[in-house]
Amino acid sequence: MMNTFVVYVENKPGVLTRVASLFRRRAFNIDSLTVGRTEKPEVSRMTITAEADRDQARRIEANLYKLVNVLLVENITNQPAIVRDLAMIKVAATHEARSHVLELASVFRARVVDVAPDSLTIEITGAEDKIDGLLEVLRPYGVLEMVRTGIVAMRRGSKSPTVASAGSSLAHVAADDDVSYSV
Amino acid sequence: MTKTGAQILWECLEREHVTHVFGYPGGAILPAYDALKHSKIHHVLVRHEQGATHMADGYARAAGEVGVAVATSGPGATNMVTGIATAMLDSSPIVCITGQVGSKLIGSDAFQETDITGVTLPITKHNYLVTHASELARTIREAFYVARSGRPGPVLVDITKDAQQTSCEFDWDAAKPQLPGYRPDLSPDAKEYEQALELIQNAKRPLIFAGHGIIVSGAMKEVREFAERTGIPVALTLLGLGAFPASHPLNLGMMGMHGEAWVNHTIQEADLLLAFGMRFDDRVTGNLKTYAPNAKKIHVEIDPAEINKNVKVDVALVGDLREVLHELLPHVTSVDRSEWLDYIDQLKGDAAVRDIQNLPDNGHLYAAHVINDLWRETRDADTIVVTDVGQHQMWEAQYYKHDRPRSLITSGGLGTMGFALPAAIGAKVARPDAEVWVVVGDGGFQMTMAELATIVQENLKVNIAIINNGFLGMVRQWQEFFYERNYQATPLLNPDFVKLAEAYGIRSMAVTQRSEVVPAVQAARRHDGPVLINFKVEQEDTVYPMVAAGASLHEMIRRPSPIVETAADE
Repeated sequence: MMNTFVVYVENKPGVLTRVASLFRRRAFNIDSLTVGRTEKPEVSRMTITAEADRDQARRIEANLYKLVNVLLVENITNQPAIVRDLAMIKVAATHEARSHVLELASVFRARVVDVAPDSLTIEITGAEDKIDGLLEVLRPYGVLEMVRTGIVAMRRGSKSPTVASAGSSLAHVAADDDVSYSV
Repeated sequence: MTKTGAQILWECLEREHVTHVFGYPGGAILPAYDALKHSKIHHVLVRHEQGATHMADGYARAAGEVGVAVATSGPGATNMVTGIATAMLDSSPIVCITGQVGSKLIGSDAFQETDITGVTLPITKHNYLVTHASELARTIREAFYVARSGRPGPVLVDITKDAQQTSCEFDWDAAKPQLPGYRPDLSPDAKEYEQALELIQNAKRPLIFAGHGIIVSGAMKEVREFAERTGIPVALTLLGLGAFPASHPLNLGMMGMHGEAWVNHTIQEADLLLAFGMRFDDRVTGNLKTYAPNAKKIHVEIDPAEINKNVKVDVALVGDLREVLHELLPHVTSVDRSEWLDYIDQLKGDAAVRDIQNLPDNGHLYAAHVINDLWRETRDADTIVVTDVGQHQMWEAQYYKHDRPRSLITSGGLGTMGFALPAAIGAKVARPDAEVWVVVGDGGFQMTMAELATIVQENLKVNIAIINNGFLGMVRQWQEFFYERNYQATPLLNPDFVKLAEAYGIRSMAVTQRSEVVPAVQAARRHDGPVLINFKVEQEDTVYPMVAAGASLHEMIRRPSPIVETAADE
């Protein structure tokens, strides 16, 4: 099954390589990986999706923890979570097709962000299956170009994991009750 | 106080209790070498950087302290790769210091520039690139802390030339490690202990697996107490040899590909395996599908990533072995296991008739004889045997009976030929009062024999026993069993090892008869200086028993009984 991991890492050079290299070395295939800033300047956050069974997912988690720069790992696969992907789709849209494409975009609550004589560029944010759905109905018109960010995810509710600040020396992360034996 | 990066480096190493480093200079590390003259640290000049890493590794394994290797950028650093990978797979704490081109030149393909942190990323526990002198103190402290804590491993610190040259304020106390994500100190919870204890109390045919983790954790006393109190017999991994005394009545011997036959049979029939600090490597399990089919498994292991990696376990106790055993010991009780132990004794009887030590002398010199005689001669001394990789390594494991931890140093996980000679140098430097014996094949010896010069230069009393069969013996054995005796590229043309040693000023002798073994060993022990003995042994001898790669653990190729096939050639 597809697993979604939220990984908090120290915001330092080379950390992305360490994480990506770990997946390659242990022969786990990354489906998507996004990385960006968080509310703390010293912490970056990754959302990684990878195909793995339950045991493999635990091993991914445990191996991520072995990286010195990894602060916290959450497997949110079976957690209530908000999951978003963003896509930009350039569709061939000549005069007669244009209104159909605009209609489809509005059904999916996508936005048109660029218009050219022979094409429309549509931006859509949402869960992956919603984007897949739009893509499918646009395909007959001719998809000229498409780009997706890969997903970012966040657990629902007010509970947030405790991430030790990179500034505190030898601090240890409080065990989160949803995290396995690895912590 | 203001100091240069180079001065800070040595001062930090001294404060980490480093007394010796193994290194080789070059352009990008020259500022550090320039500052060495003000340091109390003794620098051992090696002949190849691979040797430096194996020496640091041997030092670490002999002493239980962090070993340090130093090299320059580019080729100096890349030569360290094999030694780093060796230390990684055997969880050996070493710190490798490499020079790097100036920080402004990084990425320009400058002379002797290699992205060594990139190269060593998958084979280090952690690594660092230091581009400012001000980062150096904290980085060195972190490197030592990471290398020795938790599951130990190699850490590489790459220091740019300008970071060595520039000056900054040095304050050791302020440079505390900052590792917010690093958690080496895990411990199991109460429920997991309860589950483990229940399995232990109910087991009828239990077995303890003693691994390298016992030695790393310093849990020899606790394991012994546990085995004696519960009456559970102990099987060892290659790197676990010495973790539980070979002479102890509950010691069964080594398990796995070349383990004792009765041990492998016992594993397959056990109803509980207690794995103490081992990782179910493919060389000890054989085919996983048929492995220990009736056994529940308890895995005591400090690295959570090892749990359920190869073998699915019933209870995992993730934590330091010594601490875990301290928790378990008060709750285990003595159980009568005589039926199980009698059964195992019965299995041993079958193996004894096939044992080469029990067969009549046919005039041939077998490696097993050499090693067994060496053991008889040196067993009462504080002896460290350092082996290379191949047939001689397995015979050593079978016929040298290790009663003490850190008395065998060998490359287990990576199986690095060329390891023995440099690792023995490191071991001798770490424990100068110990008697150090290198047991090495004629193939592996030639991979790193340049370090003979290091032995002489440092005036180290290291004894070298070359088990010379004129073949890459273990590869030849595989060709014999699995490639229809097609001995492609395994016969070796060797130099005269006696003359070679003499060229270095090392006393040397050749042995061809069994009767000469003991006198040669005795002469070597009496000589006040390094000695090399060239043992010319049976060429096509075979390590038995053998579990073929991928075969089930109980399906072993056994020695024909009694051996006659090699006697026919005279």
